[in-house]
Amino acid sequence: MDFELSKEQEMTRRMVRAFAENKIKPRTLDIDKKAQFPKDLFDEMGALGLLGLPFPEKYGGSDGDTLTYAIAVEEIGRVCGSTGLSYAAAVSLGASPIYYFGTEEQKQQFLTPLAKGETLGAFGLTEPNAGSDAGGTQTTAKLEGNDYIINGEKCFITNANYASILTVTAVTGKDARGKNMISALLVPADTPGVTIRNAYDKMGVRGSDTGEIFLDNVRVPKENLLGDPEKGFKQFLYTLDGGRISIAALGLGIAQASLERALAYAKERKQFGHPLSTFQAIQFKLADMAMEIELARNMVYKAAWLKDQKKPFTKESAFAKLFATETAFRAANQAIQIHGGNGYMREYEVERYLRDAKLLEIGEGTSEVQRLVIARQLGC
Amino acid sequence: MNIFVLMKRTFDTEEKIVVENSRVSDDGVEFIINPYDEFAIEEAIKLKEEHGGEVTVVTVGEEEAEKELRTALAMGADKAYLINNEDVENYDQSSTSEILAAFFKDKEVDIILGGNVSNDNGTGQVGPRLAEKLAIPYVTTIVGLEISDRKATIERDVEGDQETVEVELPVLVTAQQGLNEPRYPSLPGIMKAKKKPLEVLELDDLDLDEDEVEGLTETVDVFLPPEKQAGRILEGEVEEQVAELVKLLRTEAKVI
Ligand SMILES: Cc1cc2nc3c(=O)[nH]c(=O)nc-3n(C[C@H](O)[C@H](O)[C@H](O)COP(=O)(O)OP(=O)(O)OC[C@H]3O[C@@H](n4cnc5c(N)ncnc54)[C@H](O)[C@@H]3O)c2cc1C
Repeated sequence: MDFELSKEQEMTRRMVRAFAENKIKPRTLDIDKKAQFPKDLFDEMGALGLLGLPFPEKYGGSDGDTLTYAIAVEEIGRVCGSTGLSYAAAVSLGASPIYYFGTEEQKQQFLTPLAKGETLGAFGLTEPNAGSDAGGTQTTAKLEGNDYIINGEKCFITNANYASILTVTAVTGKDARGKNMISALLVPADTPGVTIRNAYDKMGVRGSDTGEIFLDNVRVPKENLLGDPEKGFKQFLYTLDGGRISIAALGLGIAQASLERALAYAKERKQFGHPLSTFQAIQFKLADMAMEIELARNMVYKAAWLKDQKKPFTKESAFAKLFATETAFRAANQAIQIHGGNGYMREYEVERYLRDAKLLEIGEGTSEVQRLVIARQLGC
Repeated sequence: MNIFVLMKRTFDTEEKIVVENSRVSDDGVEFIINPYDEFAIEEAIKLKEEHGGEVTVVTVGEEEAEKELRTALAMGADKAYLINNEDVENYDQSSTSEILAAFFKDKEVDIILGGNVSNDNGTGQVGPRLAEKLAIPYVTTIVGLEISDRKATIERDVEGDQETVEVELPVLVTAQQGLNEPRYPSLPGIMKAKKKPLEVLELDDLDLDEDEVEGLTETVDVFLPPEKQAGRILEGEVEEQVAELVKLLRTEAKVI
């Protein structure tokens, strides 16, 4: 067993950390407070090859693996949850399904500009009446001649207002047993009939763009169907399995930041004549945080490694997502506690960690859904 | 253009210095490219982008320096050499420049760029010593560089003022803060770095013996600066305070 990271993975961590510290960090308070999506930072991340990290060079990618990508998400998340979420969603949800299931033409046309960071992509699965129950999708795509006509509504879609290409799921027909067949379709955001709205005032990840998408008789050529029309449901489950690794990595980053802040503060702040870090009650909190973070890190990296080895990783990515995001929430909560009243104030940042971490227990499958996935993998 | 960069692996600027058994301990320390050398690497890559040619990065050090060399390759350098100095017992800046001079003996050079100083020992000797040995001109603490028709126009920082120097190639220059803003290695750069040539040389390969490059200095002791003592606040009228201060400077601090 070898826990050593490769030179490329270490170099990536260093580079992304330097970028996050120097370019993102000075702006995190504003990004959160003003709910400003940092478009220019995404342009810079694109130029550095971060948006194409896990894709091959021939599609404009950087030829990295899933583990390297997880490390990049972790490092961005350590500094800014909003930027981290939009980054993870752009790669894992916006671009990855096209890479996994697209035809050569679709990859050339749609994946390449995403991987080069020239534009962003978004993935629209969730609907007002289909959240955890993705099978309940109501959006429809009917084949008319050589085109699909799409009608429906998507909600809570990350990066929607900045995306030029949307992957949306829709019911395309019924299978032999009479069950709805759900497929994914590639919809350029400027197609007539597409309306995207920025409709939310969020608790956390406030600088990550979240939009509503309305599809009103949207016509796309039938070549825009993504992957096998019979296996659409399986495909987006696979996409979500991969996405979970990135959300887990984001949780890891926020948890790590919580620990670093709490530890530094505990050593600095004196009460009863001694630094907080000399009180056993505080030490135990810090010890638990550090332990849970390392356990989460091992699980996240293992899930990424399994994916890179082309081994099954459904259960492990659910473990990773569930444990790392709940670790992030607990760590942020304890970081606030260790900061006392200061922790409740925005400028100390730990309250933002908690608000950002909360989203991670909901998006890309709630904690309950992760437990359902794990139980199913156990054979329940 | 044949562009060479001298690079040193040094302690991360954030690290705390710990002295153990009269040595600076490197236990658990993070290493980086010496920040001044990073300016040199950036400038070298910019020269290549403008004039074409090849950037070669050279380091004298331990095996672990491969990591920093790979980072330079990821930034855009083309090839790298690691000259292993682990066998040299008493090692100092004269050793480094002796070894580098042997390395450069058979190289076609247009320009060599290095850092002004390293952030650990901070002597600033390696560049000038090497240039002397190679019998080429050198310009230190540069903050601007233009090259045309084999002539370099260089701005250098002289204790806060600027001096402009013109010099023929080949030349050795050392970089000062302000020369440029080093780029981040890009992801494709990082992935490609592993395929770029990185050669490890032993002193033997340069026809050098360990004792030929023994250092010229002797380290007598290594210690940290004394901890800052608590200050003292004088009291009373201003005149009394001044009188007291002068007295203390004479009798206690013994500086006047
Ligand atoms: C900021 C943000 C960004 C998002 N980005 C995207 C995106 O890019 N693309 C996208 O498609 N979606 C996105 N989402 C949507 C997100 O994936 C859903 O909100 C999530 O899957 C939960 O669905 P829901 O909100 O409908 O909750 P519901 O499904 O209504 O769940 C409500 C509660 O009931 C629980 N529950 C539901 N079913 C069960 C069950 N069978 N057993 C036990 N408990 C159950 C849930 O766990 C949860 O606690 C985003 C959401 C947010 C808030």
